[in-house]
Amino acid sequence: MRIRVAGLVAGLAASLAYSTSAFAQELTIFWAEWDPANYLQELVNEYEAETGVKVTVETTPWQDFQTKAFTEFNAQGSAYDMVVGDSQWLGAASEAGHYVDLTEFFNKHNLGEVMAPATVKYYAEYPSGSGKFWAIPAEGDAVGWSYRKDWFEDPKEMEAFKAKYGYDLAPPKTWAEMRDIAEFFHRPDQNRYGIAIYTDNSYDGLVMGVENAIFSYGGELGDYATYEVDGIINSEENVKALEMYRELYGFTPPGWAKTFFVENNQAITENLAAMSMNYFAFFPALVNEASNPNAKSTGFFANPAGPGGAQFAALGGQGISVISYSENQEEAMKFLEWFIKDETQKRWAELGGYTASAKVLESPEFQNATPYNKAFYETMFKVKDFWATPEYAELLIQMNQRSYPYVTAGEGSAKEALDALAADWKATFEKYDRYKQ
Amino acid sequence: MATLAMTTLDPQSRAARRGWSDLTIRNAFIIPTIVFLIVFNIFPLLYSLGYSFTDFRASTNAPANFVGLANYRALLNDPFIWSNFAITAKYVIVSVTGQVVVGFGVAMLLNRTIPFKGLITTLLLLPMMLSMAVVGLFWKLLYDPSFGIINYALGLGRFEWLSDPDMALYAVAITDIWMWSPFVMLLSLAGLSAVPKHLYEAAAIDRAGTFYTFFRITLPLVAPILMIAIIFRTMEAFKTFDLAFILTSQPSAELISIRLYKMAFQEWQTGMSSALAYIMLIMVVGITNIYVKYLNKVKER
Repeated sequence: MRIRVAGLVAGLAASLAYSTSAFAQELTIFWAEWDPANYLQELVNEYEAETGVKVTVETTPWQDFQTKAFTEFNAQGSAYDMVVGDSQWLGAASEAGHYVDLTEFFNKHNLGEVMAPATVKYYAEYPSGSGKFWAIPAEGDAVGWSYRKDWFEDPKEMEAFKAKYGYDLAPPKTWAEMRDIAEFFHRPDQNRYGIAIYTDNSYDGLVMGVENAIFSYGGELGDYATYEVDGIINSEENVKALEMYRELYGFTPPGWAKTFFVENNQAITENLAAMSMNYFAFFPALVNEASNPNAKSTGFFANPAGPGGAQFAALGGQGISVISYSENQEEAMKFLEWFIKDETQKRWAELGGYTASAKVLESPEFQNATPYNKAFYETMFKVKDFWATPEYAELLIQMNQRSYPYVTAGEGSAKEALDALAADWKATFEKYDRYKQ
Repeated sequence: MATLAMTTLDPQSRAARRGWSDLTIRNAFIIPTIVFLIVFNIFPLLYSLGYSFTDFRASTNAPANFVGLANYRALLNDPFIWSNFAITAKYVIVSVTGQVVVGFGVAMLLNRTIPFKGLITTLLLLPMMLSMAVVGLFWKLLYDPSFGIINYALGLGRFEWLSDPDMALYAVAITDIWMWSPFVMLLSLAGLSAVPKHLYEAAAIDRAGTFYTFFRITLPLVAPILMIAIIFRTMEAFKTFDLAFILTSQPSAELISIRLYKMAFQEWQTGMSSALAYIMLIMVVGITNIYVKYLNKVKER
């Protein structure tokens, strides 16, 4: 009898278990359309195998990503449960109540130490230094550089370079060296050019590129806590950095005035440039021989130091947030608990995702997995980011408006451009009462 | 009165047998259209007029505050916006003039008996059947300084059509002219073929010269229909977004609609962008009205 009862209970439990999976939970994560999103889909398939919860990664092209995400937020739609959103969105999305406050979750799992510090600061916390967290660092990313090893290691080139500049041709350690190398390889008559940089001013392309120079020159965009900008964004370092960026523009391939990640990878695959700036997330395509005929002779280096020795890079990448309007918040939190596990983060890195987990990043396994992982590891501990205030988009557009004509057409001077930008930003912050706090 | 002017229903028709009156049928056709128009056009139009006087941002839950004319004042004092308007005006003039010259010219060429006239006309219409985004993407390739066919064909070396601040806007206008000249051509062709042949015969008998015939007979008779083509193209050119957005990011080619898009959907300044949209609407309505007045005058002649 007892056995029968036990059997019955077991049967009931089994049928209950089945019935829950019959009403299988589904989660949708929204992200931009690129390789990491495919890797994430592979990763979450394993979550489904483990728990029976089906997770779908829905994507949209980068150009629409911000617009589509915010349109959905503004409509308080529940189409997405989580979003892997840009770091600049934190202010806008948290102040408007689009994101669920993850501070408790963050502290409970001690994520401040589990994840690399810079990723916590820029992907998760808003306002800066407040100890309030809105996202879990998911895809770490920053700007790095690829270069043509075969051009750099050609003995004739090396000899000629040494004769001209007095030091050995090697991946640049400073921006000044980078400028020399760009000048050296800039040969329009041979259809070869020095360097590929970001210049697209429709969103954050150009700004990211200029930031690389500004941060390494020891400059800042402003004081993120007090919103002070005058004397910071138009500091002497920043003027020099912007002048350097303008100088590098002179060594780019022809028509290099609306370029972002796609064009900059093309600069390497199409034999156009000796060096090319790009996010680490786009480097897998460069070591793949199917997408890069020069895969074997492509090398990588971290963003070089400025004249004062400072070395920083502009942050890309995203954190994963739970959307307030989701009807599956509880299930989403369970998913995040799984996502932050060490094994999951390790698997995420294996699949091609750029984990932000400090432990995984520091492991030799990770650093030796690809030719660029070491540069990535080095970079992720020295990254800085753009403003994350809700009005960041206005700040971005103002920076584009002021710096683009100078960088690509040499209109005015770097000082004029940055002075005007300081005034624009100050006016914008005044408009939103940022100084009264 | 309007009801009386309508054609009365044939008493033998199925509708009449079902007991439908003229009025019922009229309403059945018109009411859905009016409801659609009100819901999707008039209502958003008025609603956004309200927003244009507030500091509303669609990206936040913060309530909209009434700011009076502050948005309009800020926009009309913004030198970047004025430069956007100047760029747009230049673009409209270059692009529409180009389309009229090319379109009307081709129509004149086609307005005679030539072999394969139908086929040629159809082929010439192809550009305007394409999607704007597709045209933008492949003209971007055609203009490419490194491998684009335009530089190759014209022997221009590495001329930078789209990244040269002085050229970018013209490059976009050239693409627009290529795409929309067929539209002007089609309307002109309709106008040209409607010109009575006996007028030309009379002119020939009077030994009128080619230019005289053109300016005294052809142009005045085609003018009304050409004006309609110009009205359509001006309105469209004023609103151009996709072509310019895809082709170039030069500030010297930033049309007002691109600025509006950035303001509304990147910066999420909903109130401010509603105000800008209203300023644009008023300008388009104004320009169109001038044209329509002129059109009526031309028709009276």
